[in-house]
Amino acid sequence: MSADVRLENVWIKFGSFVAAREIELTIKGGEFFSFLGPSGCGKTTILRAVSGFLKPSEGNILIGGKDMAGIGPNRRPTALIFQNLALFPLMTVWENITFALEVKGVNATERRKKADELLELIALPGQGEKMVGELSGGQRQRVAIARALAAEPEVLLLDEPLSALDLKLRQHMRTELRSIQRRVGITFIYITHDQGEALTMSDNVAVMRDGVIEQVGDGTTIYDAPGSPFVASFVGENNLFRGTVESVDNGMATVTTTVGTLLAKTPVTASNPLKVGDTAYVFQRPESLRFAKPDNQINRIKATIVNEEFEGNFWQVYFEVPGSTKPVKMSMVNDGSSSERRRGEVVELVCEPELSVALAEGPLAAE
Amino acid sequence: MALYNYLKNFFTRNGVFLSVFLLGVVGFWIFFLIILPQIFMFDFSFRFNLPPAEQGGPNDVYTISHYKFLLFGSALSEDSYNVIDLTVFLRTIVTAVFVTLFDFIICYPIAYYLAQVAKGGWARLMVLSLIVPFWVNEILRAFAFRIIFGSNGVINDALMAMGIVDDPYPFIRENIALYAGLGYAFVLLMIFPLYNAVESLDKNQIEAARDLGSPWWRIHWRVVMPFAKPGISSGCTMVFMLSAGALAAPQILGGPSSLWFTQIIYQWFNTGGNWPRGSAYAIVLLITSIVFVLLVMKIFKVKLGEIAR
Repeated sequence: MSADVRLENVWIKFGSFVAAREIELTIKGGEFFSFLGPSGCGKTTILRAVSGFLKPSEGNILIGGKDMAGIGPNRRPTALIFQNLALFPLMTVWENITFALEVKGVNATERRKKADELLELIALPGQGEKMVGELSGGQRQRVAIARALAAEPEVLLLDEPLSALDLKLRQHMRTELRSIQRRVGITFIYITHDQGEALTMSDNVAVMRDGVIEQVGDGTTIYDAPGSPFVASFVGENNLFRGTVESVDNGMATVTTTVGTLLAKTPVTASNPLKVGDTAYVFQRPESLRFAKPDNQINRIKATIVNEEFEGNFWQVYFEVPGSTKPVKMSMVNDGSSSERRRGEVVELVCEPELSVALAEGPLAAE
Repeated sequence: MALYNYLKNFFTRNGVFLSVFLLGVVGFWIFFLIILPQIFMFDFSFRFNLPPAEQGGPNDVYTISHYKFLLFGSALSEDSYNVIDLTVFLRTIVTAVFVTLFDFIICYPIAYYLAQVAKGGWARLMVLSLIVPFWVNEILRAFAFRIIFGSNGVINDALMAMGIVDDPYPFIRENIALYAGLGYAFVLLMIFPLYNAVESLDKNQIEAARDLGSPWWRIHWRVVMPFAKPGISSGCTMVFMLSAGALAAPQILGGPSSLWFTQIIYQWFNTGGNWPRGSAYAIVLLITSIVFVLLVMKIFKVKLGEIAR
C-alpha cells in the first residue's frame, strides 16, 4: 500500500521564525521523493510535520487523501527513520525490528517469523539475536529500515539516514535503498543536503531554501534546467558570469558579461522571466566547458590557466578570467592524452549555448 | 605490580602533594570512619555486656547470646520466639520497601518530566523548589509533618470542613504521618539518580517508539525504564537503606504503639545500656540492607559500577 502526500499551503513558524513558508506540494504514491537543501532550510521541519511530531501553524497535510490534523505520530500511516537511527540499544536486533508488531499485540513466535523475513529482505539473515551495538554502521542502517518497514507504513520518511556512513558505504546504501523502495513499492520521502543522494535515488526532488521550495522536478530537470540561481549554484557545480541582458529571443538570451557576450538558454522552469536590461547570471557547468576550436564562433571566453588537479578519471583545470575573483573550473575526462597545458598560458574556452543557462539575478547558495 | 603501576601513574598525573592528600583523605574516611567502627561493632556484638571492670578479664569471652536474644527473646518469656522485636524488624523492612516503591512511583514522573520535557528556566525553578525544603533541619521537618497531620492539623481541618470525616482522622496513630514523612525525606535521593539516568536518554528513541505506534506507557516500559535501570536501582537501594535506618522520623512521627527497629537499637545503646546487644541488632539490620541491595541488583541485572555512575 502506498499513499500520496499532499501539503496544502503549509506554514510552520517557531515564534517569529518561519521554518516553512507556503508549502504547496503533491508527492505521488509509490514515489521516491527527496527534499534537498542546505542545513536550516526547513526540510527536516517539513518531515517532522508529515510524521506528526510538529503541528503546522497553517495549512493541511493529507496522507492518502485523509487530513492528518489531530492525528498523532503513533497513529499516522508513516514511519520515520531518524538521522541517528534511534535504534533501541537494550533490545536485540529482532526485537528492534518487530517493535511495531509488539505494540499491536502480535505474539512472539509470529514476530520472530516476521523478523526473519525482514532480516532476509535487508540481507542480514541469522543476525536477529545480536544486540544493536554489535552491528556495523551499515548493518544498523539496514536494521533501522527493517524496523520502520515492519510497521507497514504507507509512507516511509527518511531524515538523512546515510550521513553518518563513510563514502563507499553511502554509495552502496543509495542503491540498496532505491531497490528496497522498488520492492516494497511504498512512498519514500527522503531528506538530504547531499545532491548526489537526491539525484541518484529520487523520482522527484524539491530544492529548498530558507523555508521555501525553490523548484520541484526530476533529477535531470533540476540539474539541466535549474529554475533559480540558488538551484543552479546548490545542485552540482557551476561557473557563474554576471551581466546585462541584451536580448531575449526564442528561449535564448544574449547577456553581456565581463568575459564577453554569452548566448544561453532560458529554462522554461525559471521562476522569474528575463527581460532586456535586467541583470542576469549565466551558468556554465565545469563538464560543459572545453577548449575552443577554430570553428567555434560564439561563447568564446579568454582565460589564463592558474592551476590543475588530477583526479584519476578527471582533470580539474582552473582559470582566471577578467572581472571575476573566483576561478573558472573546467572538468575534462582523462582520455589518456598527456597534459600539454602550462600554468600562465592564455587559452580560449567555449560552452555551447544549449548547455549555458541564463537566469535573473537572485540569491545564490553559500559556498 | 598492577597496583604499583596504578599508583605510580596516579602520582605522576596528580603530582605528589595532591596524590598524598587524596589518598590520605579517602583512606582516612574509609578506614577510620567506615571500616574500623563496623569492626568494633561486629566484635562488640559477640561479647557479653560486662561492667567496665570485668572487660578484658577472664569472663570476657565470645558469645552469640545477643543474636539468640533477637530470635528467641528472654529465657523468662513465655513465647518461643522474640515476637516483639521480630515483628518490629519485619514491619520496618516491609514498610521501608513500601516507602521505596511509593517514592519511586512519585519521583519517576517528576524525574522524567524534568529530564525530557521541561525546558530551561522552568526546569531549574522546579529543581530549586524540590531542594529548598531540604534546607530545613530534618527534625524540624518531621515536627512540621506532625503539625500538618495532627488532629487539629491542616489536613484534618480541611477534611472536616468538606464534610468527608466527622472526627479528626488519626493520621499519626495509623502511621500515615510516618510513611508520608519518610517518603518525603528521601524524595531527592530518588529523583536525582532517576533524573541522571533519564536525562542521558536520546529523545529520538522516545520519538521512534511513538512513531512506531507505541502508547505512552509502553514507551516507558520498553524504552525509558530499561535505559534508566541503573538509576532506578541506585535510587531504590538508597531510599530503602535510609528509610530502614531512619531514626528521627519514626521517633517524632511514629504512632504511640509502633516502634521502628532503629528505635529498639537506640534503646539498647542508650536507656538499656547494653551496647553489645545494640550492636548485634545493628549488624542484623546492616546485613539485611546489604542483602536487599544485592537482591535488587540481581533482579534488575545491574552491576555495582552502574549504580555508582
